[in-house]
Amino acid sequence: MSAVASADRLKIARAAAARVADPELPFLTIEDLAVLHAVEADERGQVTVTILPTYSGCPAMNVIALEIETELLKVGFPDARVTIANAPAWTTDRMSPAAREKLLSNGIAPPEERAAKRRLFAAAPIVACPRCGARDPERVSEFGSTACKALWRCRACREPFEQFKCA
Amino acid sequence: MAPASCDPRAAWLMRLGDATLMLGHRLTEWLSRAPTLEEDIALANLSLDLIGQTRAFYTRACELEGGTRDESELAYRRAEPDYRNPLLVEQPNGNFADTIARHLLFSAYAHPLYEKLAHSTDAETGGIAVRSAREMAYHLRHSGEWMVRLGDGTRLSHEKAQAALDDLWPYVPELFEADELDREAAASGFGVDPSTLRGEFDAAVNDVISRATLTKPADSFGQRGGKSGRHSEWMGHMLAQMQFLQRAYPDARW
Repeated sequence: MSAVASADRLKIARAAAARVADPELPFLTIEDLAVLHAVEADERGQVTVTILPTYSGCPAMNVIALEIETELLKVGFPDARVTIANAPAWTTDRMSPAAREKLLSNGIAPPEERAAKRRLFAAAPIVACPRCGARDPERVSEFGSTACKALWRCRACREPFEQFKCA
Repeated sequence: MAPASCDPRAAWLMRLGDATLMLGHRLTEWLSRAPTLEEDIALANLSLDLIGQTRAFYTRACELEGGTRDESELAYRRAEPDYRNPLLVEQPNGNFADTIARHLLFSAYAHPLYEKLAHSTDAETGGIAVRSAREMAYHLRHSGEWMVRLGDGTRLSHEKAQAALDDLWPYVPELFEADELDREAAASGFGVDPSTLRGEFDAAVNDVISRATLTKPADSFGQRGGKSGRHSEWMGHMLAQMQFLQRAYPDARW
């Protein structure tokens, strides 16, 4: 296979993998989340997709790996492999600006800009209500419906909302 | 006592995994029984983090060992003396103050441990530690805030929080005792010598204890044995429950 043809095939493989959505946040792709780390092919043309796990206990990783294999199968890569790499370590800092916009428009406050180094008893981060924009919400719990979310309540509009936790 | 693995790096990582597995399992015992709905969800999340960390530590250990075992085999197909977790994490949940005190002591130890392990010469181990350290900061804050609320709460909650701290304190020294395996792991740059973590542990725990108006127990004696496979009576009961399915139906899969 020529170098050009294999580069094109790799682009197709990458686009297919990038379409896979997070099963718990279906409006976000694994590319938005920066879970998709690399798509590479060896000299025989076998494709390996490397993904970065997010929260240690996140059960979505296995589903994501399975869906990547399915998407690649659809575009002609029946023997593609998915590997999970711990280095580099994933952090919410790796998420794209598009991911933050999508979270906000789906009613979930995005994580703070820089991965929190907040220690014991430090003040809670300032989070804006994704519904009314007021910057005066109260934290209900740092633990929510999934490993990546915290529970908040807006003191202005009184609505509860979730925040994608900083990690 | 024979090492848990032929590879010292694997044996050292497995010990971290044993600790997070046992504590993670203990926390699952709270599910549907926590004092409030939010706390039920919080304890489930803490447990999920710990079991996730276990999977990562075990999986990396199995890779370093050469790939003949996997995470499930380590979790479900070993006997009591094969587990090398400190005694603290296998102690029963007791009341809510006991669980919170146990979690404070563990996370004040594990947070600096993981922060140092982030610099491991093994990049995969370092990456696991980076993410685990961020999670453990949440654990430390959650258990610390609860400890303050209980200690500085009512007379009854104060008494229970103090009793929990007093009961669990003898299990603290073991966390920081370095053995040959620890020293070897630290010397090679792969792991961390736990005796270097006591200062950070004391700083965090002292801060909580003083805000909680509690009294720091005296360092009288230490209960030890778990790190070399000699466990308290609670361990066998916990494993019997955790491993029931694999014992009754060997090789059962989802």
